[in-house]
Amino acid sequence: MTTVPQMPKSWRLESKPHKFCPGCGHGLVLKALGEVIDELGIQDRVAFGCDIGCSLLAWDFFNVDTVQTHHGRTTPVMTGLKRANPDIVCIAYMGDGGGYAIGSQHLVNAAARNERITAILVNNCNYAMTGGQMAPTTLPGMKTETTPYGRDVEQTGYPTQGPEMVAAITREGAYVARGTIANLKQLKSYLKKALENQMAGNGFSFVEALSTCPTNWRTNAKDTWAFVEKEMPKYFKVGEIKNPAVKEGE
Amino acid sequence: MVEKPVQEEKRVFMTGNEVVAWAALAAKADIMYGYPITPQNEIMHYWTRMAPKYGKKFLQTEDELSAGFTTLGGVLAGKKAFTATAGPGNTLMQEPMSMAEMMRIPSVVIIQQRGGPSTATVIYSQQEVTMTTYGGNGEGFRIVYSTASHQDVFDYTIKAFNTAWKYRFPTFVLGDGYQAKMRESLTIYDPEDRGIELLEPEPFFGKQAVNGEKQPLHIRNTYNTEEELYEVLSRYMDEYMKVAPEIVEYHQFDCDDAEIVVVSHGVVSRAAKGAVQELRKEGYKVGYFRPITLRPFPAEQLRAVADKTKTLLFVESAFGQLAKLAQQAIFGSTVGVENLFKPGVGVTSEEIVARVKAMV
Repeated sequence: MTTVPQMPKSWRLESKPHKFCPGCGHGLVLKALGEVIDELGIQDRVAFGCDIGCSLLAWDFFNVDTVQTHHGRTTPVMTGLKRANPDIVCIAYMGDGGGYAIGSQHLVNAAARNERITAILVNNCNYAMTGGQMAPTTLPGMKTETTPYGRDVEQTGYPTQGPEMVAAITREGAYVARGTIANLKQLKSYLKKALENQMAGNGFSFVEALSTCPTNWRTNAKDTWAFVEKEMPKYFKVGEIKNPAVKEGE
Repeated sequence: MVEKPVQEEKRVFMTGNEVVAWAALAAKADIMYGYPITPQNEIMHYWTRMAPKYGKKFLQTEDELSAGFTTLGGVLAGKKAFTATAGPGNTLMQEPMSMAEMMRIPSVVIIQQRGGPSTATVIYSQQEVTMTTYGGNGEGFRIVYSTASHQDVFDYTIKAFNTAWKYRFPTFVLGDGYQAKMRESLTIYDPEDRGIELLEPEPFFGKQAVNGEKQPLHIRNTYNTEEELYEVLSRYMDEYMKVAPEIVEYHQFDCDDAEIVVVSHGVVSRAAKGAVQELRKEGYKVGYFRPITLRPFPAEQLRAVADKTKTLLFVESAFGQLAKLAQQAIFGSTVGVENLFKPGVGVTSEEIVARVKAMV
C-alpha cells in the first residue's frame, strides 16, 4: 500500500515533489499558505506572485494564477493587479533580499498607501539562491559568503526589523505579524488573518516568516532547527504586531 | 451610461501631454500608473482630472520601476493599462518592459524624450531611441512609434493599445519634450466613429471558472536551461519577424529621382519636410524618408531608397541613434552617408537646407 502525503488541495501535484532544497523552510510556509487558501475557499480568486531568488521556485507550486516577477518587484505587480481588479486576492511572496533590500521602496510605499494586498516575506538570514551572501536580515556576527568573518554591524549595520518597520508606517487597517516555521500552527493563523484582512478590504497585510536554509547555513538538521527555533527569535520577535480585528483595550 | 470622452470630431488646440490623456481615454484605456518626471507630467495631470468622470483609475507610484510593474499587473488583470515617462525614468522603465517582452504582456508606454545622458535637460532630445527600441537585457521584442505632430500623438496613442493587444508585445509611443509641452492644432475623434475597431483586452488572471473548473495560468520569466530559453526566444523572434511587415510604417516623398534623401524621425522630420519642399522649389533633387516605426524598422523600404539615391543625410537630435538603426537595416548598401547630428537640441529647416546645399 502506498501512502499519499497530505497536501493542500490548492497545491499543484504535477510540480511535486517541489524544487526547494531538503530542509528548506519554503515548503512549510507554502504548505501553511496552501491550507489557508483551502480553508478560505479562495483558490479560484487568488493571484500568487513570487519574486526572484528561492521564492521563484514556487512559480508552478499552486493551482492558482501565478506570476513570477523580477527581484523585488512582486509587490508592485500585485499592487497593479489589485488596483485594476479588486476582486482578486493578491499574494506577494518574497524573500528578505527582495523585500528589505532591492524592493524595499516598494514594500515601504505599498504599506504606506495601505495597498489591499498580502505580502509574505520569508526570512532565512541570507541570499540563498545566489549562494549565501549577507542579507538585510543576516544576524550580527553571522558568517555568509560576503561576511566570511561574521557580519560586522559597524560596517554593515544591524538586521532589518521588517514587520516592526511596516507596523511603524502603516495606519488603521493594516495587519502585521512575524511567524516562524518552528510554530506552524501559529504561522498558519497569521497567514489566514493576513488574507482575511485583505479580503475584508481593511488594508495592507504583512507576514514575515522565520525560515531555514541548511544549504547555505551549512548546518545539519539539529543545528538548523536550533537556529530557527532558538537563535533567530532572539533578534526577530515572533508575534502579532498589528491586527485590525483586535480593537485597542481589548 | 457614461458618455464617450470624445463625442464628435473637433479641432482642438492643446499640448501634446493633454493629447495623450485624451487619446488614452478615446482608446478606452482603463488605468494609468505613473511617476512624475518632466516633460511628461501633464499626461498624469490631465488623466487625473478627466479619468474619474469616465470610471477610469490612476495610481501614483513610488518610482518608475513601480509604475512599470504596476502597469504589468494592471494588464494581467485584463485592463488596458499604461504609463508614461522620460529620460532617467525611461532607464528604469526598461526593467519592467523587459519582463513585458519575456512574458508577452501588452503594455503601453508613452515616452517624452528629454536630454541625456543622466539628468541632462528637462526639455527635449531624440536620445532615447536606442534605449526605447532595444533597452533592457534582451532582443527588443517591442514596437516603437515615433510621432512627429500632435495629430500623430493622438492617432498613435490610440493605435498603440491596439498594437499591444493584437501582437502582445510592449508598445511605446516615442515623443519628446517639444511635442509634450507645445500647443498645436489637431483633430480629436472617437476612433470607433471612424470605423477603427478597438481591441478588447482580456484577463490573464482572475478569469471565471468554467463549469466549476478553473484552469489557472502560470507565467514566468525565468528558465532552467539554455535550451529551454532558446526555444522560447526562437519562437518569439519568428513571431516578431512574421508580424513586423504589417506593423512597419514610414513616410517618404520625392525619393524617386533624388540624389540626396534626408532621413529623420519624430519632430525633426517636420524640419526635414519643410527643407525638402523648399529645396525642391529651388530645383534640388532631394527626397524625404521618415521611419514612423523605429522598431520594427522599415528596413526594406529604406534599402529601396538607398539603392536609388546617391547619399542619405541623417538628421537627428542625437549622436546618430537613428543613423545606427538605419545603417544596420540597410547593411550592404553602397549609398553615401552624411550626418547632421545635434544631440539634445532642435534642428531647423534652414540648417538642413544649408547642409544640403553645402553637400551639392
